[in-house]
Amino acid sequence: MIKSTGILVFVALLTLLVVACGSNEPGSLVVLTNDSFDIGEEVIAQFEEDNNATVTIQKSGDSGEVLNRAILEKGNPSGDLLYGIDNTFLSKALREDIFIKYESPRMEDVPSQFVLDDTFHVSPVDYGYVNINYDIAYLEEHGLTPPETLEELTGEDWKGRLVVQNPATSSPGLAFLIATVSYFGEDDDYDYLDFWADLKENDLAVKDGWSDAYYTDFSQYGGDQPLVLSYATSPAAELYFSEGAYTTPPTGNMLVDKATFLQIEGIGILKGTQNEKLAQKFIDFVLDTPFQEDIPGRMFVYPVNSKAVAPDFFKYAEVPTLPADIDADTIDANRDEWIDSWTKVVLR
Amino acid sequence: MTVGRILLIVPLTYLAIFFIYPLSSIFARSLGDESNFGFEPFGILLNDPYYLGRIWFTIWQAVVSTLLTLTIGLPVAFLFARYEFPGKTLLKAISSLPFVMPTIVVAMGFTALFGSQGLVNSALMSMFGLDDPPVRITNTLTIIFMAHAFYNYAIIVRIVSALWSNLDPNLEGSAKMLGAGSVRTFYHVTLPLLLPAIVSASLLSFAFSFTSFGVVLVLGGPEYSTLEVSIYELTAKLFRLPLAGALAIIQLGFTYFFLLLYSKFQEQSVAKIDLKPRESTSRCPTRWREKVFVIATILLLLTLLSPLVALVVRWITLDGGFATNQMANLFSDDRGSYFHLSPITIIWNSLRFALITVAISLIIGTIISYSITNVSRRWRNLADALVMLPLGVSAVTLGFGYIIALGRPPIDLRGSWLILVIAHSLVAYPFVIRSLLPVLKGMNSNLREAAAVLGANPTRVFLLVELPLIAPALLVGATFAFAVSMGEFGASLILVRVEFTTMPVAIFRFLGLPGAANLSMALGMSCLLMVVVSLGFIAIERFRYKGIGGF
Repeated sequence: MIKSTGILVFVALLTLLVVACGSNEPGSLVVLTNDSFDIGEEVIAQFEEDNNATVTIQKSGDSGEVLNRAILEKGNPSGDLLYGIDNTFLSKALREDIFIKYESPRMEDVPSQFVLDDTFHVSPVDYGYVNINYDIAYLEEHGLTPPETLEELTGEDWKGRLVVQNPATSSPGLAFLIATVSYFGEDDDYDYLDFWADLKENDLAVKDGWSDAYYTDFSQYGGDQPLVLSYATSPAAELYFSEGAYTTPPTGNMLVDKATFLQIEGIGILKGTQNEKLAQKFIDFVLDTPFQEDIPGRMFVYPVNSKAVAPDFFKYAEVPTLPADIDADTIDANRDEWIDSWTKVVLR
Repeated sequence: MTVGRILLIVPLTYLAIFFIYPLSSIFARSLGDESNFGFEPFGILLNDPYYLGRIWFTIWQAVVSTLLTLTIGLPVAFLFARYEFPGKTLLKAISSLPFVMPTIVVAMGFTALFGSQGLVNSALMSMFGLDDPPVRITNTLTIIFMAHAFYNYAIIVRIVSALWSNLDPNLEGSAKMLGAGSVRTFYHVTLPLLLPAIVSASLLSFAFSFTSFGVVLVLGGPEYSTLEVSIYELTAKLFRLPLAGALAIIQLGFTYFFLLLYSKFQEQSVAKIDLKPRESTSRCPTRWREKVFVIATILLLLTLLSPLVALVVRWITLDGGFATNQMANLFSDDRGSYFHLSPITIIWNSLRFALITVAISLIIGTIISYSITNVSRRWRNLADALVMLPLGVSAVTLGFGYIIALGRPPIDLRGSWLILVIAHSLVAYPFVIRSLLPVLKGMNSNLREAAAVLGANPTRVFLLVELPLIAPALLVGATFAFAVSMGEFGASLILVRVEFTTMPVAIFRFLGLPGAANLSMALGMSCLLMVVVSLGFIAIERFRYKGIGGF
């Protein structure tokens, strides 16, 4: 009884294995992406209808994890496109040579400051800013005014009141670390590591992911810290998702010149795809207005296409005037070293 | 015997394809320099005080966590084993819930209770007129230990009470008649008989704390990295595969060592006993001391479960007063996202993956357990420890192993839901083995032999004689396989497509965006998860009573 059941199940499993093989047939497109990706169902349906194709979007962890997966699968990709390469990992992706070059005609609508990669292996899609958010009610209750400089954060007022993400594990965490490197410099009298050492001294809290920090440590959601590392669009999202409970955002942006990070996300066609033509059409589509205009309300980042109109509530999504100025190659050359030094100063 | 040999092919092939092959592929990729196997990374690790510190921390926090888990778990196990009281079935189901809940949700529950704006601090501050919150345990070691105990005490409760409820109370009665006090009776009669189950459960609890990932990441913060956390960072984030591979092998080595120690110990601690049906062993508390114990333990249990209660309360009271539309929001979606699935589909996904995981784990676990009891004494310990190894493998190592090894013909599982139930079953089947082995080893072989002498063939002996005896243990194994799959999260997040979204993955996705509506959806889905899992536990419990006649 048990014997035959066991063997039956095993045979069934093997059969399923064989059936499960052989995806990637023409006319079906697989897009690998990260956890933050979202888009309207009807937007994708439109592409499918126009091109008589099916699109499968597969999330595979955060942006770093998705890229590492794509590198492991080099030459035998499980998808045709990868959406979600940002400027902190761009050079690594280019160095690993996992993408096919494609310059979309739609790039003409993209302002030059957003052109991630001038070799066009990766086309920009959206961008956002990483900066510190504060809990307005908490600050009022404790008689505090929002900090205006990074240096202030090491003072008594903000002792034990900031939570950031670990740059080794989180993409906003890494973005902010890079911003501090650009702001304080690497070899100055008071460099980025001195700043982080002072923050640690001031009871800095560190979490590994954005969700943990935001939903368990941020005072807006019952946590201990009124300052959290997040995005410039988060206050607008708070308003949008309060569903009428607020008329203005309950949180605010701390925007310091040269200390916010401009994060540009892009899409690329993976080497080894059987559907290069269709993949190119998908990039054109992603850069076109229907897709671009759906981005703000889904992912709370800005569309790169200058013709795309953002929804009304996005007026609360402030745009920092002067983000940190640091290029992708410098980031790539030093990323691991910065993370290691940071880890030694803050965590060990 | 030959039948046993043939059957053994099933789990061995399964493990070879889905465990050993992916694991050796990723290790070869990490450490291999195409041709030769590199030992340098080991040298780097073992000379780095940071990593040595991580190894030491991982071991001692697991020991402390396990002791705390035992302290909480044993009284509760006794409660469920020996006493009948109103609401027992429900309480028992709910008491195993923590094991299933995603860590970020539990972290929110802990924050709602112990955060500086939490219930405990607010109450203390208003009671004693304090200006600052007196309890500060978020992001400390204390909360890691508490969380490990919170997660793992259900393992102790389930496995120990399964054996305890089948122990003949007359044994204790005889000891007392002969003049032994309650304490002496416990130490000299009950404890030795329970020892196999206690050690079994402690081992699982230890293994879970040893490879702890989410609890440490979410509740403790990165200062308290365990080996598992370091491996995850090195593999998935920093992409330093050689170091990651070496560290994963070190973790695996330690796990094997602890498993060996355990199975040596287990070997000496088994006593052959006659088991009794549970109806004859449990009863209502009558004496006042018993009543006090029952009430006190139930209170302890409710305190333990308070983070979960806090979540439900938080969900209902989100945005101030009672929001009746929270549930409606969960089931309606006016945002038209590509990734939207109805909660019904998500629940169904979780349930079917869990049921398939249970089936695979029961088959594999049962066959392996029987084979181990029949293996010669010399090889038994080695084999026992070997088949438990999946517990010591870092999830991210195995996940990347799957991507490399099971990503090309003839087996391309990427994007298939099968990869998910396979990953789940690898964590789940050790539970079946651990609950089954103590019973198999303790079983009097006279019964089997008697049946065989009377002419029953092996299949009949198994179905009519052994199955009723091992059924309670199988059901405990099934309960945990179900729980493991319902709660699993890491593999699900990396490996599956939208249409296979499970409940924990949905919760995680809701928490990916800022805003009260997202929190409400996440909390709502968490409450649904608790309801579905409780119903699942109760269903498994019912099956026991109806189908097997209460043994």
